[in-house]
Amino acid sequence: MRLLIFLLVAVLASTAGEIAITHGMKKVGGPEHLAPRAIVAFLGRALGSGWFWLGTLLSALYFYAMLALLSWAPVSLIVPATALSYAVGVLGAKLLLSERVSPGRWAGVALVCAGVALAWVA
Amino acid sequence: MSSIRQLRTKTLVLVVLMVAASSVGDIFLKQGMDRIPVHLDMASLGFAFAQTVASGPIWLGIACLLVSFVLYLMLLSWADYSYVMPVSSFGYAVVALLAVLVLGESVTLGRWAGVGLICVGVGLVGRTEPRTTGAS
Repeated sequence: MRLLIFLLVAVLASTAGEIAITHGMKKVGGPEHLAPRAIVAFLGRALGSGWFWLGTLLSALYFYAMLALLSWAPVSLIVPATALSYAVGVLGAKLLLSERVSPGRWAGVALVCAGVALAWVA
Repeated sequence: MSSIRQLRTKTLVLVVLMVAASSVGDIFLKQGMDRIPVHLDMASLGFAFAQTVASGPIWLGIACLLVSFVLYLMLLSWADYSYVMPVSSFGYAVVALLAVLVLGESVTLGRWAGVGLICVGVGLVGRTEPRTTGAS
């Protein structure tokens, strides 16, 4: 039960964190071109974004949930279980960021999930 | 349509650079930590920390991971999260390959099968439109 709750916290925190960071990066806008000066300016905007820091905070929460999980259960159980976050991430991107997820993209994500789980169980 | 192709090329090139940087970074960290004995008592943990801070490979690893994170932020500023996240999982394949070639680790058949599935999945997602929201 404790394992399940922390797994849920880990998956939700990592997904929410990445979605917050994505939202922040879309808001500040990318570098105008791929030159050092433009990239440094972009980084300045990124670090000034509240969404970025919210995302970082959630990632820290994910990190601690993972540490707790790894202290209770073997890695070979935890890592395949967190492969779930690929599916949750795409769902979150669709619902919260209004990204359009085509059937092809869903199929690809399902294969990646299965592959990550298999690579760790095997 | 050529602008979609351009965006996809730019996105995939940055994904490859990001994955390369993080994979090489992980390998540096592994090589650095292999040379440092870690035991679980305060005295040797302190000693291990001091050795970590003084280790060249560890700093190279951290630098690589920082570069990878900056590339990740750049990618997310124009591409979908539901595109970047699955596509960057081909890092599993790169790490498996580097672990065998550089570190001399052995990788089981089942694990290669998982890596194969990941690559097919990455191929499927990679062909979709990198950005489906707003105008760039």
